[in-house]
Amino acid sequence: MSNLTREETDALIQEVLEVYPEKAKKDRAKHLAVNDQSVTQSKKCITSNRKSLPGVMTIRGCAYAGSRGVVWGPVKDMIHISHGPVGCGQYSRGGRRNYYVGTTGVNTFAEINFTSDFQEKDIVFGGDKKLAKAMEEIEGLFPLNKGISVQSECPIGLIGDDIEAVSKKAAAQYNKVVVPVRCEGFRGVSQSLGHHIANDAIRDYVLSNRDGKEFEGTPYDVTIIGDYNIGGDAWASRIFLEEMGLRVIAQWSGDGTIAEMENTPKAKLNLLHCYRSMNYISRHMEEKYGIPWMEYNFFGPTKIEESLRRIAAFFDDKIKEGAERVIAKYKPMMQAVVDKYKPRLQGKRVMLYIGGLRPRHVIGAYEDLGMEVVGTGYEFAHNDDYDRTIQEMGNATLLYDDVTGFELEEFVKRIKPDLVGSGIKEKYIYQKMGIPFRQMHSWDYSGPYHGYDGFAIFARDMDMTLNNPCWGKQTPPWKKTEATEEVKAAA
Amino acid sequence: MANIMIRKNDQGGLVFYLPKRDLEDNISSIEFDSPEKWGGEIKLANGGSYYIEPQVPPERLPVTIRAKRLDAPD
Ligand code: SF4
Repeated sequence: MSNLTREETDALIQEVLEVYPEKAKKDRAKHLAVNDQSVTQSKKCITSNRKSLPGVMTIRGCAYAGSRGVVWGPVKDMIHISHGPVGCGQYSRGGRRNYYVGTTGVNTFAEINFTSDFQEKDIVFGGDKKLAKAMEEIEGLFPLNKGISVQSECPIGLIGDDIEAVSKKAAAQYNKVVVPVRCEGFRGVSQSLGHHIANDAIRDYVLSNRDGKEFEGTPYDVTIIGDYNIGGDAWASRIFLEEMGLRVIAQWSGDGTIAEMENTPKAKLNLLHCYRSMNYISRHMEEKYGIPWMEYNFFGPTKIEESLRRIAAFFDDKIKEGAERVIAKYKPMMQAVVDKYKPRLQGKRVMLYIGGLRPRHVIGAYEDLGMEVVGTGYEFAHNDDYDRTIQEMGNATLLYDDVTGFELEEFVKRIKPDLVGSGIKEKYIYQKMGIPFRQMHSWDYSGPYHGYDGFAIFARDMDMTLNNPCWGKQTPPWKKTEATEEVKAAA
Repeated sequence: MANIMIRKNDQGGLVFYLPKRDLEDNISSIEFDSPEKWGGEIKLANGGSYYIEPQVPPERLPVTIRAKRLDAPD
């Protein structure tokens, strides 16, 4: 199917909105838009970061998920207590496959679920004692931990526990970093506020710990911020940053440690990958320590090249040469990947609905393979994210913010993309509809997708999914008629 | 009154950032911009405007300062 024109896309949005009651319709209409590259201010065409409508199926998470699951969770040598009932923690425990090196349970803990397991009596009488007890147990059982963070679940805020006091006492007692995080799930409209709260906690309890202390720096110290090392993403990025002569002194927070976080203010440049979840702390470091930050994109060779040159521009000629050397070295390898997969993927159309930075960052990687992104949207973006997206997307393509289950399904039915990339909750629906699908939050148990090495895997995975023979076998042989055969041939 | 952060972007222009609402925007004009006096009314690219107490220019950017909202587009 050919691409829709602006009018057709507009009409499609109107049609999909038809089923809603008047008020809901008005509200949802603001979150759906036809991309127009001439608009520089996204707020003129799309509204974001608003409360989801009751009654619709949203895919968002809560502030606790943003802090525990995304920002703090991957810090491997700390223990993160899911403070409150046991359930919340179960789903935010290493499920994103934030890879790390270490011996789990001995000196690293990212995959273990620690919780204070609130019961009725804790709600009634308060859970501060229980928290102190949990910390004591942690110290006894896992003495090699480098710190503890207290990730509040909803009840903590509701019953008014004083986790700050407990943490302060424990920090003095054990002589470790103990961070209370007020990320109760009811705060804000999505996980996004959880990122912000988590960033603020890092600012208040971690960042300045080594101020004034000796650090053997080099002029080429950089950090990777906002890469959660999903399937090894941060490693695939780090490898060629080091190859071009930079020294990566911290990884936030995939495969990260508390010591790295404390050393971050010594860096010369903060490289920011996920703008949405860690711009706050980068801005803070820029103001307090004068460290510039830069957003980069390591999806697909075109964007990597662009990013490497922009990173190198912050440094002297040695790094600039290093960047060119790295680009030249990988060029033939990337060309081989493109030569192999482009003919198989050329012209295929993709619709995305993800979070964080991916709805705009992966566009380049698809374009490198000759594919086209015809619709994209974020779960929890703010206007500044859409500002950055509008330029990346083609004209008259579809933008959807906090899209509902129903809307996305209808859009897909009409636009008929060749591939949908979204989360696990969508995966089986679309696969049953007969549409190839990739789970793009944790790379469908594959990865890494960042960097040069990642692009090869990305290309292979897309090919594997799109050109999988199973899509031609949706109709069982006994139901096949001449007509369906013809339809297949025509499609 | 709210805390805002002002920083420079790659092109050398000033950028306004309101952490509380996660609002980021380019500053299109600032009332006073001389070595003695800096601040006053700032206009944003989105049409909003804020007021900063005129003061000596900050030694370096970014800087967090108090600002009053005069007019916001929504
Ligand atoms: S909203 Fe509250 S109860 Fe639900 S998962 Fe988040 S913290 Fe837990």
